[in-house]
Amino acid sequence: MSAQLKSVDQLETFRRETRAWLEANCPAEMRQPVTEEGDVCWGGRRWKFKNDAQRVWLERMAERGWTVPEWPKEYGGGGLSKEEARVLREEMGRLSCRVPLTSFGISMLGPALLKYGNEQQKREHLPKIVRGEIRWCQGYSEPGAGSDLASLKTRAEDKGAHFLVNGSKIWTSYGDKADWIFCLVRTDFSAKKQEGISFVLFDMQSPGISTRPIRLISGYSPFTQTFFDNVQVPKENLMGELNKGWTIAKYLLTHERNMIGGMGTQRQTPLSQLAIKSIGLASGKLAEGTLRADIARFEMDALAFTLTMGRVMDEAKAGNETGAVSSMLKYYGTELNKRRAELAMSIAGSEGLKFDGQTQADIAPVWLRTKANSIEGGTSEVQLNIIAKNVLRLPGA
Amino acid sequence: MSLVLTEDQLMFRDAAKRFAAERAPVAQLRKLRDDNDAAGFSREVWKEMADMGWAGVLVPEEHGGAGFGYVGAGLVAEEIGRNLSATPLLSTAVLGVTALLRGGSAAQKEAFLPAIAGGDLVVALASDEKNRHAPHSIATRATGGSGKFKLSGRKVHVLDGHVADRLIVTARTSGDVESRDGITLFLVDTKASGVNVTRTPTVDSHNAAAVELRDVAVSDSDVIGTVDKGAVVLDAVLDAGRAVLAAELLGVAEESFERTLGYLREREQFGAKIGTFQSLQHRAAHLFCEIELVRSVVLRTLQALDAQEPTASNLVCLAKGKASDVARIATNEAVQMHGGIGMTDEFDIGFFMKRARAAGETFGDYYYHADRFAQLAGY
Ligand SMILES: Cc1cc2nc3c(=O)[nH]c(=O)nc-3n(C[C@H](O)[C@H](O)[C@H](O)COP(=O)(O)OP(=O)(O)OC[C@H]3O[C@@H](n4cnc5c(N)ncnc54)[C@H](O)[C@@H]3O)c2cc1C
Repeated sequence: MSAQLKSVDQLETFRRETRAWLEANCPAEMRQPVTEEGDVCWGGRRWKFKNDAQRVWLERMAERGWTVPEWPKEYGGGGLSKEEARVLREEMGRLSCRVPLTSFGISMLGPALLKYGNEQQKREHLPKIVRGEIRWCQGYSEPGAGSDLASLKTRAEDKGAHFLVNGSKIWTSYGDKADWIFCLVRTDFSAKKQEGISFVLFDMQSPGISTRPIRLISGYSPFTQTFFDNVQVPKENLMGELNKGWTIAKYLLTHERNMIGGMGTQRQTPLSQLAIKSIGLASGKLAEGTLRADIARFEMDALAFTLTMGRVMDEAKAGNETGAVSSMLKYYGTELNKRRAELAMSIAGSEGLKFDGQTQADIAPVWLRTKANSIEGGTSEVQLNIIAKNVLRLPGA
Repeated sequence: MSLVLTEDQLMFRDAAKRFAAERAPVAQLRKLRDDNDAAGFSREVWKEMADMGWAGVLVPEEHGGAGFGYVGAGLVAEEIGRNLSATPLLSTAVLGVTALLRGGSAAQKEAFLPAIAGGDLVVALASDEKNRHAPHSIATRATGGSGKFKLSGRKVHVLDGHVADRLIVTARTSGDVESRDGITLFLVDTKASGVNVTRTPTVDSHNAAAVELRDVAVSDSDVIGTVDKGAVVLDAVLDAGRAVLAAELLGVAEESFERTLGYLREREQFGAKIGTFQSLQHRAAHLFCEIELVRSVVLRTLQALDAQEPTASNLVCLAKGKASDVARIATNEAVQMHGGIGMTDEFDIGFFMKRARAAGETFGDYYYHADRFAQLAGY
């Protein structure tokens, strides 16, 4: 009991100090809502800071390792406990501080590197991710291998000191902006499809790589088809064991799914508030009864989902297995996010139809972009398959 | 507060799980129904439940209870839901005890709490008058003055009304039929003259009754809470009942879901287990997610009630609304996925669907609580 009280005390001290530090160090511009693509800092060799505040904010947070609060200190992370990290998030939320750095290095590669990378790989890559000096992209999907990812064909042949990589990836988010890629390649052509895959890391500047942009329905072009033509990848860039890449790939996917699933629960104006503004109240209730009912259903499900995310985190802290739930969070969170966007469009009416192909913060492009949520990182149908097989243990699934 | 059960809570739950499955399973409910049992539950088993700490789950230790709070009550209710156990837990140990804890005088607590905790006294809440839940719509009148009242009116869906020793009756001491002000709660002896209780059999084979009150004499000392301000107590009582019902509905959903998964793994058609069919797999996987959501909101809500959080009512709406809806869907899907056998009375799965419907209806269904949820959020 007293040990617990002490830690509650320490947490309060940490909260006070964190609050004071954030108040002193988070520039005013970084407490404004994100309104356009450039407001989200992705970092990387070629990143152009939108303004000084964005740069300063990143540097100050990276200095403390707070771009990745829970990563170990030895690789530049914040070394915070889950509780402390939660306090930091809450305090950042309270002051409306922007996330200083968003990247696939943080949300996807980092956790996999920490678990499967060798010491040298960790020392080389993790600190750069923490400081936002490198931008990574994900080379998983191929034209012929989407949901059936393990059927991928991009080949890496053993040439002694290096692998020779040939093939093509598709839907490579930010393929034209990334510095490095983490990539699934086939290294054994005779084995069962899951058992011939390796996980490699390489520089996107390597000779033989080219990209072709693909434009989305939401109007902008964040991803590419990526071609590899005799690309030489040094052997030391193999992560984990040869032909054992599928395990890493799946582990990384659980992190990707948690991230995508959690997107819907980020701070957003409640739909009910948008609706009150757009539609108005009649005797204390939204003037459109049928829409009100759908909004209430959505808000209840969203709150239930947020509580479930919290419970999953609490369970993880208590040491209970959580791997199986990432498919649930991905599936339910992205379907919710799509429901939210559909309702936001209905609430806005003709105002919601505004579209200039540029302003990504308008409702229509956001609505369009959410459609990808239930496709990227494994489709909703695939998540349901995984739940049926791995959680419910249904036959032959 | 962490949304994980403590060691003590886990032990309490495991004991409840074993007991309910052994002593109060679906088979017992079926037998009570088939025998047309006069009480609708086994008094012997209720005594044993009292020994397990169930009857006094909310009663503080100084009044002879277990003091496990709403989280504890929810853990028991979940097992009750899994087994469809016939018990006056909701009426007596949850509604009755919450009323006494929130509004009871020292003398009332002294007189009733230990008896409830011991399993010796059954209490029923006689409040609803409309077919659709409308808690403040009360036409029953309490007339008189200077400490003496006469109650007249008619109550419906009184859980365990026909076996109760005492009724908690809501009556209007002032105000219009729909107003929240002017409601008063009275403790009424079921044997008092002018009280007429008729059992109303329901589809779920659980206990309910209609209560007629004609000039029933009560006095000051029978008032729970304050005259005219009874809604404060009533709302707390209903929220407690709703939250515990949500926990029961969670159990109903879980159990019917698990039974259905078992069937999907074993039943064969077209030369394959039906669980290999993707249309069934996806519906099952979706239900799994919904039930996980209910699990989170139920625990969070019960914690909020124990902590007397000011916004607990919003969570109660969420929990009761969501649990009613998900249990309804889960049990409907269960019947569908069992095919023809799911329609037979001999098979248990139909009992779960019936209970989900009745428990969902009690103290506000999904529609009622979605509306209230929106209202509490200002829209
Ligand atoms: C915005 C966006 C960003 C992306 N970013 C990246 C990235 O950075 N890197 C990367 O590698 N990939 C990325 N992807 C690719 C993404 O992972 C794939 O699109 C996804 O896995 C689906 O593959 P597919 O497009 O080939 O669809 P398909 O697999 O062809 O699916 C078509 C339809 O069939 C359904 N289906 C397929 N198999 C089954 C089955 N077994 N059971 C039931 N239904 C099934 C699917 O659910 C879907 O509805 C991105 C995609 C999008 C939209």
